[in-house]
Amino acid sequence: MLILIVVPAYNEEKMVGEVVKGLNEFNYEVVVVDDGSKDNTSQIAKNAGAVVLRHFINRGQGAALQTGFDYAKKVGADIVVTFDADGQNKPEEVAKIIEPLLIGQIDVALGSRFMERKSNVPLIKKIVLRGGILFERLFVGVKLSDAHNGFRAFSKKAINLIELNQDKMAHATEVIQEIKKHKLKFQEVPVTMRYTEYSKQKGQSVFNSIKIVSDLFLSKVISKK
Amino acid sequence: MIIKVLVVFFVIFAIWRTLLKLKKQELRIGEAIVWVVFWLAVAVVAITPQTTDIIAQFVGVSRGIDLLVYVSIIVLFFLIFKLIVKLEKIERSISKITRHIALKESDEGKEEKE
Repeated sequence: MLILIVVPAYNEEKMVGEVVKGLNEFNYEVVVVDDGSKDNTSQIAKNAGAVVLRHFINRGQGAALQTGFDYAKKVGADIVVTFDADGQNKPEEVAKIIEPLLIGQIDVALGSRFMERKSNVPLIKKIVLRGGILFERLFVGVKLSDAHNGFRAFSKKAINLIELNQDKMAHATEVIQEIKKHKLKFQEVPVTMRYTEYSKQKGQSVFNSIKIVSDLFLSKVISKK
Repeated sequence: MIIKVLVVFFVIFAIWRTLLKLKKQELRIGEAIVWVVFWLAVAVVAITPQTTDIIAQFVGVSRGIDLLVYVSIIVLFFLIFKLIVKLEKIERSISKITRHIALKESDEGKEEKE
């Protein structure tokens, strides 16, 4: 059984090496998608032992994930886990998130930082994420306890069905839309986030949520054509 | 008035270019007719601006120039909308190309190792 960890990375030379090494300790196959970084992300990831796919220009996290998915299809991965490059996710929790897939109950496992109250989510982040959760409940019709968590696991079936067109950050909502569209079985799995100064700095700004909503709206217009 | 003369000269020039393109078969006959009619209308409006008032009053706007502004704004909004959609499509195409190259390079890397 091939378990592939997809790590989208953009200018993450400080953390990506550590993240790859952390995952290697558990003997997972790691593919880093370097999304047009201007630093040494590619080289550091390669030296740490990951397969590196390189976008020669920056296309956004959604685009990088889809590249990882296409690679997974090519190598015939059985389970694909998406993992943040900034060290927010814990390598030891990969086992936890893939567990429901291994049993074969579900197609997609979504990490949730709100199911257990271990993560110290900054207040402003909490408010915006709550907004995202509400948005998904209203417009996608899926009830979740977390939105836009990068830690997720997909079965082979899910990878073959899901197609991400949202190149930027709206991909997180798109994943939920795709799950619903293809009637995939999903489950939320409690995960712990490490909010370091570094990850906070690298993370999404609050204002980006407006961009995400407008991207989703635009996509609706295009797909109708 | 100078403006009328200038417009008329420009219209003649535009129609001449249109017919030239038709001759070179860069334009189809239907398209050429539309363009010629459009340029003739521009000439008519330039020479006798009052004519636009008739159309304006027909649709319920008092002055021809007002109607022109309204219609222009609507057309501009529509074009901007089309542009945004088109841009998004191009963005997606660029992503596809980038992805294709990334995956292809990884293949080549493997072959070198072997």
